[in-house]
Amino acid sequence: MRYLVSVIDDKSDPGSTDRQPAISAFNERLIAEGYWVFAGGLADTDAATVVDNRGEQAVFSDGPFAESKEYLAGVWVWEAPDLDVALTLAAEASKVCDRKIEVRPFQ
Amino acid sequence: MNDADVREAVTRAHHEEWARVVAALTRRFGDLDIAEEAAAEAFATAVERWPADGVPPNPGAWLTTTANRKAIDRIRRENKRDDKHREAQMVYDDDPPEPVGAIDDDRLRLIFTCCHPALAMQTRVALTLRMVGGLTVPEIARAFLVQGTTMEQRITRAKAKIKAARIPYRMPSADDLPARVSGVLAVLFLIFNEGYLASGPDTYPVRHDLTTEAIRLTRLIRALLPQDGEVAGLLALMLLIEARHPARLSASGELVPLAEQDRGAWDAELIAEGHRLVRERLAAAAAGVAPGRYQILAAINAVHTSARDIRDTDWSQVLALYDQLVRLDPSPIIALNRAIAVAELDGPEVALAIVDRLAEALAGYHAYHATRADLLRRLGQSQQSRAAYDRAIELAGNTGETAYLTRRRDQLQ
Repeated sequence: MRYLVSVIDDKSDPGSTDRQPAISAFNERLIAEGYWVFAGGLADTDAATVVDNRGEQAVFSDGPFAESKEYLAGVWVWEAPDLDVALTLAAEASKVCDRKIEVRPFQ
Repeated sequence: MNDADVREAVTRAHHEEWARVVAALTRRFGDLDIAEEAAAEAFATAVERWPADGVPPNPGAWLTTTANRKAIDRIRRENKRDDKHREAQMVYDDDPPEPVGAIDDDRLRLIFTCCHPALAMQTRVALTLRMVGGLTVPEIARAFLVQGTTMEQRITRAKAKIKAARIPYRMPSADDLPARVSGVLAVLFLIFNEGYLASGPDTYPVRHDLTTEAIRLTRLIRALLPQDGEVAGLLALMLLIEARHPARLSASGELVPLAEQDRGAWDAELIAEGHRLVRERLAAAAAGVAPGRYQILAAINAVHTSARDIRDTDWSQVLALYDQLVRLDPSPIIALNRAIAVAELDGPEVALAIVDRLAEALAGYHAYHATRADLLRRLGQSQQSRAAYDRAIELAGNTGETAYLTRRRDQLQ
C-alpha cells in the first residue's frame, strides 16, 4: 500500500530549520528498509502558481490554491504493508522534521 | 417450538454469537463490511428459517457457516464486477502471525482494530459496539445522544477508512500494546455500561451478556498487562458493579436503586475479587503511583459494597474520592454523580444548587433530570419534581429505569 506522507508546517509557529541532516539520515533508512518511493521538500507557497483551464482559456494565478496558516512543506511517498507501519514511521518523521505529518493512503 | 421460543433463541444467539461470527469472518475475509453484512444476513436467515426448520443444535456453527456462505456469495458477485476491489479485500489473508502470542481471541483482535488510534475516539466506541457488541445503529446512537443517521455515517466512514488506509486486523505489537489499551478500556467500559443499563424500548433492562463480555475481555487484557493499574481498576469497577446485578432488578422488571437493594443478594465472590483488586491499587497509590479514573471509580464502588446497609455508607470517603476524580476528569457527568454524595452529606438543597449548574451541559441526559427529580422530591417541591421525572422518563432509554421513574413520579403527593 502506498501512502502520501505530507510534512505540515505552520507559518505562525514554524518548525526548526536545522533538520536537514536528520532528514537525510532518516531517508537513508527508509531506502534501506524498502519504504522509500519518493521524497521532496517544497519551495515556499509564494512560489506556487495555480492554473485553471476549465473555461475558455487558461487562467494563471500567483500563489497557492488556498491561503492558510498551515501549509505543505514537503512530501514523501512510502510503500508500507499497513497503516500501523506507516504511522510508526510517521511518528519518527514528525520528530525528525520537527513538524506535523499527515498520512494519507493512495487509492 | 412456538414463535416466541424461536424469537428468544434468535435473540440469545445474537447476544452470544454475533461477535464471534463477525470476528471469524473478518479474519477470513479481511473486510469488516463484508463480515458485518454477512453476519446480519445470517441472523436474518435464522429469523426466516428457524421457525419452520427448528433451531439448529449448534446455533453458533450454523450462523458462522451461513454467514460464510453469504460472504462468499457477495465476493463472487463483486468479483465479476471488479477484480481490483476483490484483490484489495483479500490481501489481509496473508497477515503474518500475531507478534503477541499470549492470547488468541478473534474478538480481541477485532476490538484492537475497531479501537485503532487512527480512528476518532467516538468512532472507535461506535464501531466496537456495532462489530463486537452487535448493537444496532439506533441503540448506539441512543448511547451517544446523537441522531441515528449521524451514527450510521460515522460507522460507514470508519469502515471506509479502515479499508482505504489499510488499518490491519491483528493484535498490536508488544511495543504498541500499552498505548493501544487505554482506548480499548474506554470502549469496554461503554460496552459494559450498555449491558448494565441497556437501551431500547423493547430491550430487557439488563443485558447480562454484554456486561459478561466486557468483563471477559477486560480479564484477558489484564492477563496480558498485569502491571497496568487502569486495567486492574476497570476490571475491579466492572466486578463491583456486576456483583450488585442480582439485586438490581425487581420481579416486575423495575430497576432497584442502590439505596433500596437487598445487599444480601449481592455476589460476595465478585465483591471479594473486586476488593482485592482495589486493595492492590491502593497499595500502588500509597507507593506513589497516581491512580487513574477507573481506579478511583472502583474505589468508590468498593466503599459502597463495603457497607452492609445503606446507612453504613462512608459518604465522606465517597465524596473525597469524587473530589479526586473531578480533578482528573472535570466532566459534567462526574460532577452530577459527585452531587449525589453531596446530598447525603450536606443535604438535598446544597446538592440541587450544584446539579442546577449542570443544566446546560446535561439537558439531554436522563440521569440529570432523574437526579434533580429525586432532590426536588426530598425538598418537598412536588410540582417541579414531577416535571423533572417527566423529562427523565422521556429521555430514559432503559425499560427498567423508566418503570422505576414512573412509579416514583406517580407516588408524588
